[in-house]
Amino acid sequence: MTSIQVTDMIRNGEREKKRLNEKIKDKIKKNLKQYVTDESFIGRKGKKFVRVPIYGLRLPRFVVDGRKGGGVGQGEGEVGEALPGQGPPKQGKKGGKGQQAGNEPGDHQVEIDVNLDEMVELISEVLELPNIEEKGKKSSIKSKKIRWTNLRKVGPEATLDIRRTIKNSIVRNIIEGHYDPQKDDSPPIMIDRDDKRHKVWDEILERRTNAVIIAMMDVSGSMGDEQKDIVRTEMFWIEQFLKRQYDDLEIVYIIHDTQAKIVDHEIFYRISEGGGTNISSAYALCEQVIRQKYPPNEWNIYPFHFSDGDNWSSEDDALCVKLLKEYLLPNCNQFSYAQVTSKWGSGKFKDVLERAMEGMDERTSNKLVISLVKNKDGILDSIKEFLKKGK
Amino acid sequence: MINALDLPQELEDWNQHILKRAREEGLDFFDTIFYMLPYSYLTEIAAHGGFPRRYQHWSFGMEHEKLKRSYEWGMGKIYELVINNDPCYAYLLENNNLMQQKLVMAHVYGHCDFFKNNIYFQNTNKNMMDEMANHASRVDRYIRQFGLDEVERFLDACISIQDHISPLSMPSQSATPSEEMETEEALLRILKRKSNPENPDYMDIFLNSKEYIEFKQKQLEETVKKAQRFPARPQKDLLYFLLLHAPLKKWQEDILYIIRKERYYFIPQGYTKIINEGWASYWHFKLMTESFLKPEDFINFAMDHSGTLARHPHQLNPYLLGFTLLHDIEDRWNKGQFGREWDECTSRNEKLAWDKKLGLGREKIFECRLIENDYSLVDKYLTEDFCDKHKMFKYNFDQQTGQWVISDRSFESIKNQLLENLANFGIPHILVYDGNYQNRGELYLKHHHEGDLRQDYAWDTLSNIAYIWQRPVHLETFVDGKRKLYSYASEDKKELNDLEDQS
Repeated sequence: MTSIQVTDMIRNGEREKKRLNEKIKDKIKKNLKQYVTDESFIGRKGKKFVRVPIYGLRLPRFVVDGRKGGGVGQGEGEVGEALPGQGPPKQGKKGGKGQQAGNEPGDHQVEIDVNLDEMVELISEVLELPNIEEKGKKSSIKSKKIRWTNLRKVGPEATLDIRRTIKNSIVRNIIEGHYDPQKDDSPPIMIDRDDKRHKVWDEILERRTNAVIIAMMDVSGSMGDEQKDIVRTEMFWIEQFLKRQYDDLEIVYIIHDTQAKIVDHEIFYRISEGGGTNISSAYALCEQVIRQKYPPNEWNIYPFHFSDGDNWSSEDDALCVKLLKEYLLPNCNQFSYAQVTSKWGSGKFKDVLERAMEGMDERTSNKLVISLVKNKDGILDSIKEFLKKGK
Repeated sequence: MINALDLPQELEDWNQHILKRAREEGLDFFDTIFYMLPYSYLTEIAAHGGFPRRYQHWSFGMEHEKLKRSYEWGMGKIYELVINNDPCYAYLLENNNLMQQKLVMAHVYGHCDFFKNNIYFQNTNKNMMDEMANHASRVDRYIRQFGLDEVERFLDACISIQDHISPLSMPSQSATPSEEMETEEALLRILKRKSNPENPDYMDIFLNSKEYIEFKQKQLEETVKKAQRFPARPQKDLLYFLLLHAPLKKWQEDILYIIRKERYYFIPQGYTKIINEGWASYWHFKLMTESFLKPEDFINFAMDHSGTLARHPHQLNPYLLGFTLLHDIEDRWNKGQFGREWDECTSRNEKLAWDKKLGLGREKIFECRLIENDYSLVDKYLTEDFCDKHKMFKYNFDQQTGQWVISDRSFESIKNQLLENLANFGIPHILVYDGNYQNRGELYLKHHHEGDLRQDYAWDTLSNIAYIWQRPVHLETFVDGKRKLYSYASEDKKELNDLEDQS
């Protein structure tokens, strides 16, 4: 008889790796704010990897702060000369207390590669996304099947294809001369990591729901680059989350100053304009788009509007409220307004909307979500405000 | 055990040759067993400190990722991995060429000899392979019994303070009563003298002045107080103190014991890094160049040898420093460049031509391998000529430019800096002062300042100690030249306070 042993070492190693991954995810969740504003994600697609630092994944110990001590090295160079292999010298801030990590020789931040999909998944575990409303003809859930379709060398233990694994192992052991089926006293077969085969399944989903995001951005002169950056970052993540929720997600981009126009993805994420502001122009265009292309009984509709809240006139304010009350709110799943604080804007539009809400019935006013984004750090909270409100 | 490949016949033959030559040169080692492994296994074993079976912990997984990545990206390669055990285990990387394998084997025999003979390894367990495996099964059992989260939280805390043991001193001495007796007797003597009828009364005031009696009384009180202190004397072995006095569950006690035991095994390797690597490099260089190098291998050998012994500007390469220092010592003792006569000679030319043909070099470096560690080796044998010749310098961090700069090339400051870095093996010197601080069962630690602690690390480490101790923990230290007290009770209750200078 031949006994099969999976070596302890491999099992231990795999358990450790699994645990490490859990830890990494944990750390990412804890420091979401930093990752959400990490510009290297913006504009990425799906499977492309981004290298991110993992904050705080280390075993702490008492160490002497190297930057207050010194060390001994070997090589050429005059006294006063900088050691090679460092970044350029810091300028301006004299005597600034630089406590940022990773500046010490030999002190490397742990970095891992994550792709956007993984990141979105992690972030959405923390956020509660708004419930999907089943709309449209194709919305009913027909079936959800799992089919074993493929094999892989790695995977959870539970999916191990034992037959194939052993087969591979026997073949390899025979080839390498460790095992001879003819002999009774042949040593036991060892299963190597490379022998393992795991079954992989595909989920076949028949469910379909439709959703459309209508992204509106104020590009008037009072919106500075910083404000636009915030809008883009926030909009980028919102897109990513809703994409996960809906199989078919369409996005319409609208920019406006005194006039509104529909633009494509590229322009929306790049444009810098200037001029005055008539918010109603965007809302009117929004209504027009919905009427023409996205009948509310078939589509989940999520308009988002970003502005510094500096509207041109109170007449226009009134027009906006009218558009919202009469068409947009009754026909959308949720209307989200984010006001980005800017140096120049009056920031009054938020108050206008809040006052308008008081006069609405609860069902309608619940659909209007307002959030104030003061700076980059506020992005995540704002996203949470928009997306947590299940309806 | 691991599914290691036996050595191919050719390598086995070479192994026998190298082993024979090494013994002829005077090296003395335990039996050494070589395994050949593909890199995926080698990196995994290396991540676990060289042991195929160790307790499971995510930090090993992290280490593995790092090693694997640096290998896959061609940035680093593990040349040798050898375990201080009887028999010694050593691993060879499967895809290395024959010349490299020979080099590694020669290098390994150097280490094996060092493990067997250097005095700092005398107390290390030579059966650690089995012991580590036992530890692993015990930790596994606790994980099954109490859950991974619980056990891991405790492991994290223990590992984070594992360096705070006391490898060079004897196990904690109990408080000696002698001091106490001394003062008590002294006081008695004083009183006796007073009551001695032969002494005239007026002498009393001179013999036993009021101040003197008060001083003695105070001394006595202090001794009594000291004896009531807990621990009676400051303790360096924090782990041992916690093991004895922290409110631990049985399994926690065992885990703390395991961590401490493994640390005691590993720590001699930490403070003999320079001399151990130097010694092994000395031997691979000697054996290879004198006996085992074919002419066509010379270039490759030179590449690998110089790669291992490359200069790093930011960090001393222990291989290089050890190797060159041992060669320097051998050379000096061969030529008789030591002793009073040499030290007092002021003529440069005379010194350059100095050669008494004593031939004591080999004997001397064998003595070094027997009794020195990194600190003592540098302390005794690092000379000014050596520093010049090897272009050593001291560097510091310049706060203004945010860069590391060469700050000094004078011999004294280089040597002082190096010794400072090697003292206590680079671990901050922390003592347990009081286990019942302010009579509240809080732990009071004192940092014998060799440099400011990194604050974020210090807080996290304190939180780990508090987790084990289950009461608030205090750490006395200096920050920017001021005496400070870190006090940690919980994440929301931690503060850094100024401390008055007290005697």
